[in-house]
Amino acid sequence: MQFSKITKGLLIAIPALVLTACGSSSVVNDESKAATNSSSESVQASGMGQNASAVEVATVEKAPTVEEMQQAKFEALRQEQTVYFDFDDSKVDAKYLELLQAHADYLIKNPNQTVMVEGHCDERGTPEYNIALGERRAKAVATYLQNLGVMQSQISTVSYGEEKPLDLSRTQDGFAKNRRSVLVY
Amino acid sequence: MIQKITIALMFVSLLISQAAKASLEIVITEGIDSARPVAIVPFKYEGTAELPLRISEIIAADLMRSGKFKTIAIDEMPQMPTKDDEVDYGSWASLDVEAVLVGTIQDHSPGRFLVSFELIDVLRGQITGGTVQALVNGKLVETKDHILDNRQVTIAAKQFRRYAHRISDLAYEKLTGERGAFLTKIAYVTVNHGDDFVYKLIVADYDGANEQILLRSKEPLMSPSWSPDASKLAYVTFENNRSQIYVQDIYTGTRQLVTSYEGINGAPQWSPDGNKLALTLSKDGNPELYVLELTNKTLTRLTRHRAIDTEPSWSPDGKYIVFSSERGGNAQLYSVNLDSKRIKRLTFDGEMNLGGSITPDNNHLVMVNRTQGNYHIAKKELASGNFQILTKTRLDESPSIAPNGSMIIYSTMHGNGQVLALVSIDGRFKARLPAASGQVKSPAWSPYLK
Repeated sequence: MQFSKITKGLLIAIPALVLTACGSSSVVNDESKAATNSSSESVQASGMGQNASAVEVATVEKAPTVEEMQQAKFEALRQEQTVYFDFDDSKVDAKYLELLQAHADYLIKNPNQTVMVEGHCDERGTPEYNIALGERRAKAVATYLQNLGVMQSQISTVSYGEEKPLDLSRTQDGFAKNRRSVLVY
Repeated sequence: MIQKITIALMFVSLLISQAAKASLEIVITEGIDSARPVAIVPFKYEGTAELPLRISEIIAADLMRSGKFKTIAIDEMPQMPTKDDEVDYGSWASLDVEAVLVGTIQDHSPGRFLVSFELIDVLRGQITGGTVQALVNGKLVETKDHILDNRQVTIAAKQFRRYAHRISDLAYEKLTGERGAFLTKIAYVTVNHGDDFVYKLIVADYDGANEQILLRSKEPLMSPSWSPDASKLAYVTFENNRSQIYVQDIYTGTRQLVTSYEGINGAPQWSPDGNKLALTLSKDGNPELYVLELTNKTLTRLTRHRAIDTEPSWSPDGKYIVFSSERGGNAQLYSVNLDSKRIKRLTFDGEMNLGGSITPDNNHLVMVNRTQGNYHIAKKELASGNFQILTKTRLDESPSIAPNGSMIIYSTMHGNGQVLALVSIDGRFKARLPAASGQVKSPAWSPYLK
């Protein structure tokens, strides 16, 4: 269970690592970097092996297209999977618009991909009331994703109320960290 | 499907009668000054067997924890009588002691003991001198009406604790006129992040003794509720990464899935007649109250509102259900009549009221109140509307009332940990049940044990 979650997390994380590696100039004898770099560089890398130290090849950074920049940004944003809420509130703050757009983009492009939205609360109030409040937080995020074009069938929700706090300190900071929805792929 | 079952087995380990180390021990934090002085004299035993425990110590602890009595320390006792004939009423009366409990333990047969006790009204004994003549069926006979109760019973060594609580119940009832609730259990959930199975459903005697784990899970467990015959618990489990309600027989370990609808399956509460569960389901869009007939699984929806409705709790007569609702803006307590379906708002005090339940005598509504951001256990007298905050602890939740209505057990914070605590219904007596490790939550006080 946990393992497959981690695997999925890595599937999302790896392309982002590759992207950040792009754009740096590379030298021919830097074998490992050439292997993981983009296809234009791997053509150069195929010339390796014959007299590799005799020449040094440099590349010019290709300006990313608007689309590529957007994708890079979305992929970076998708590393963040948590939306935080105010006390006793389930409104999704406008500051999470880009974050949720990034997730929606990924889900729209991968219609077989599903996501579980968890709703959580801080430890104030009663456990069962918090289950209800947590569900409203999870559904608020789910509705947001649907409004951005994600199919309802791709999204499921679960409320854990106050049963799975991230921060056990019971301070105002701790409470704020626990009032959250988490997108779990 | 098979995969789901395998996952369920991975996440839950069912344990029947697995003994756990007793980890709750009651610490009285407030309110023994106003208590009535009584003496529990150590029971005399002249045999050679090793007794499992001192019955008199259990009784004294029970009466102390009721908040209504304070017991005289052994070294302050003027004498150590074992039966009524030996009691010097005056010497106890001079210490303001109202009642003295004396007793003996004798060998009966191998492994079995004869336990006898007498509960003596010291003041009455002083007045009558130990006997009084009374007219019974037209004849003048000698009676000992200062002896409030006296019994004999033959028990095995392992029944000592149970019988001690039984004597406490009898003494409490004779002295207060109210049934004792010492022979009861509590169910609760512990959370230990260091453990492989983080969440455990546990039952123990009301005083924390005889702790037994009923279920261990890697995912949250919530809201245990006792069946009226105290043989089963309904609870919420997330073992399949969603909420589901199960019923588990505490003696056989048999588990039965009760509801597994889309969304919330929460807040199960057994009806007083034992045939139904009130619960919260969000299958139709948002949390609403339902009643589930356990025999034929018929589901009846009770509420219909776009706001949150949850935390149903039956009135003692089973005619209405108290619940929490946000329909008025902030969460407040309401009742729904099961015949007319009429809904009535019950609370107006503070910023929020949650987790309501009615005391067994129908006189009070007990709840979690939020005032100025603080969460405390509170009660409202239904007839007068008088509202009283009972606790001073932090982040109080999950109040559960003893079957005799004398005491409330709830969960609260002590230091950095979540612990169970007790408060008497008048708010004067307070105690804490600190846990050896981890967090303790969701207490549920059992009905009277048969």
